[in-house]
Amino acid sequence: MSDWILTTQALTRDFGSLRAVDHVDLQVRAGSIHAIIGPNGAGKTTLFNLISGYIKPTSGRVLLRGRDITRVPLHRMAHLGIGRSFQITNIFPTLTVLENVRLAAQARGADNLRLWRNAGKLTAYIERAYTALRQVGLHERAAQIAATLPHGDKRRLELAILLAGDADILLLDEPTAGMATEQVPMLLDLLRGIRQGTNKTILIVEHNMSVVMSLADTITVMHQGRVLAEGSPAEISANQAVREAYLGTAFAGGQL
Amino acid sequence: MRERLKSSQWAGLGLIGGLVIFPFVIALLTGQPVDAGVPKFWQGMLIQVFILAVFAMSYDILMGYTGILSFGHALFFGTGAYTVGILLKHAGWDLGAALLAVIVIALVQSLIIGLLSLRVSGVYFAMVTLAFAQMAFLLAEATDFRQWTGAEDGLQSIPVPAWISPTNERLRFYYVTLGFTIVMYLLARQVVNSPTGKVMMAIRDNETRAKVLGYHALTFKLIAITVSGIMAALAGAFNALWNLNANPAVLGVGTTINALLMTIIGGVGSLIGPMLGAGVIQLLGYWLNVFFGPSWPLLFGIIYILIVLFLPYGIIGTWRLRGASWMALWRKRLQELRARL
Repeated sequence: MSDWILTTQALTRDFGSLRAVDHVDLQVRAGSIHAIIGPNGAGKTTLFNLISGYIKPTSGRVLLRGRDITRVPLHRMAHLGIGRSFQITNIFPTLTVLENVRLAAQARGADNLRLWRNAGKLTAYIERAYTALRQVGLHERAAQIAATLPHGDKRRLELAILLAGDADILLLDEPTAGMATEQVPMLLDLLRGIRQGTNKTILIVEHNMSVVMSLADTITVMHQGRVLAEGSPAEISANQAVREAYLGTAFAGGQL
Repeated sequence: MRERLKSSQWAGLGLIGGLVIFPFVIALLTGQPVDAGVPKFWQGMLIQVFILAVFAMSYDILMGYTGILSFGHALFFGTGAYTVGILLKHAGWDLGAALLAVIVIALVQSLIIGLLSLRVSGVYFAMVTLAFAQMAFLLAEATDFRQWTGAEDGLQSIPVPAWISPTNERLRFYYVTLGFTIVMYLLARQVVNSPTGKVMMAIRDNETRAKVLGYHALTFKLIAITVSGIMAALAGAFNALWNLNANPAVLGVGTTINALLMTIIGGVGSLIGPMLGAGVIQLLGYWLNVFFGPSWPLLFGIIYILIVLFLPYGIIGTWRLRGASWMALWRKRLQELRARL
């Protein structure tokens, strides 16, 4: 049991008459990279929104290290060590790139209510922000206003914000979406580095199958709000039900 | 970057220097004594600009830096005015204690208003704050409290201490108000540059994202409204001292709209912009009134529309956006001119 850092129990969410997430039991091993895949509308992002406290479930529970966090308010989640990035870029557009990341670094610190300090002098947060920016290769754009970044760079900024937050569990919602193809290996290296260098847990929703297959320890396949299958990349790519429901011809066509 | 910061600091110091010697410059230009006639009149004009500048700046902390649109900002301004007036006139307090009371009351008031109305946002927040301000307006007009507030006549002849009397010690009042404005600006700048201020700006940009990062948005909004409320209340107190009275209009919608106009004309989210906006509105209002008489607000409306059309980011905002290219253009033209000569 202690192996599982994050579990969901019969997690369910309805939107009107639509059941977006249907009794999902998910178990995420500490220190692993766990991918969630499935066709569009399978409920992956809703599941993420439920786990990260962004929306509340209709029924079911989310447990973090065995503790029920289902009703924890959104702003407390980061303090429990859950950080997330968004599928649709979600940044602070009028602030600089550095400020975007620095705010993430500062969020869990003790300086948020220090009105008499100058934010530009809190070097520890700035250093952490620069580390994150360097990790995603954006450090040279630190002084730029975030809104003026090209789309691919905004995706990397999104990632840097997540990294600077120093969460124990990183929820990545389609990090490669909108990212330039040549940036994808950077992302892979980055996530592998996180797995090897730290005991952080990564939960990732991703459409890019080569990313998922080369990265994930465990894959959960979702289909119409339910868990269809779960297993190692090899098991999933061999699973007949998965092929039929989701991967279909593209999978058979040898995209792997 | 560093160079530009320096030049803006020089501009600030230059502006303050100019305002310090302003009364004497006018006296020199007109040949009149510094404490009478035209110099005295212009000191009065600038005193009103300073007071409005602080009020507009307080509005900017809320709207420009935290993204909270309030239609009830007059509540703080007016309460400050009435508090200092009633305490000086009816309770016989001395000025320092009365100003301290203004701060304490504004603190409590903004926390209560914030807790009650920050549960909603956007236009709903604007409406709730408008309701609170209108309540205070009706309270000030209510005949039941005439002995304290003067009801619809307002609180007249507030006994301002002789040493700072705006009529007999105009020059001193001018410098006190200038000092007050500078201190308020430095405080506001400190707040927006602090870690807390950066979180306010993050909330303005993207509230949900700020929450996901771990920030309790309500806390930071409360801080913003409190800082803003205290600043507005002090501006209102100075306004009462300057006019020697407080009337229900200081609590009216017009007062809030004034702050909104000054902030938009000067440039949202820049502190200095709303202060300039205060100067523009006050001086423009004066000149339009001189040249066109009582129909001046009509003309002002047209000018306001033109400003919004051509300077959509306000004076400071547009300058920050286009200033560098304008300067480059000028330099180029100067060079061409020199080459031709």
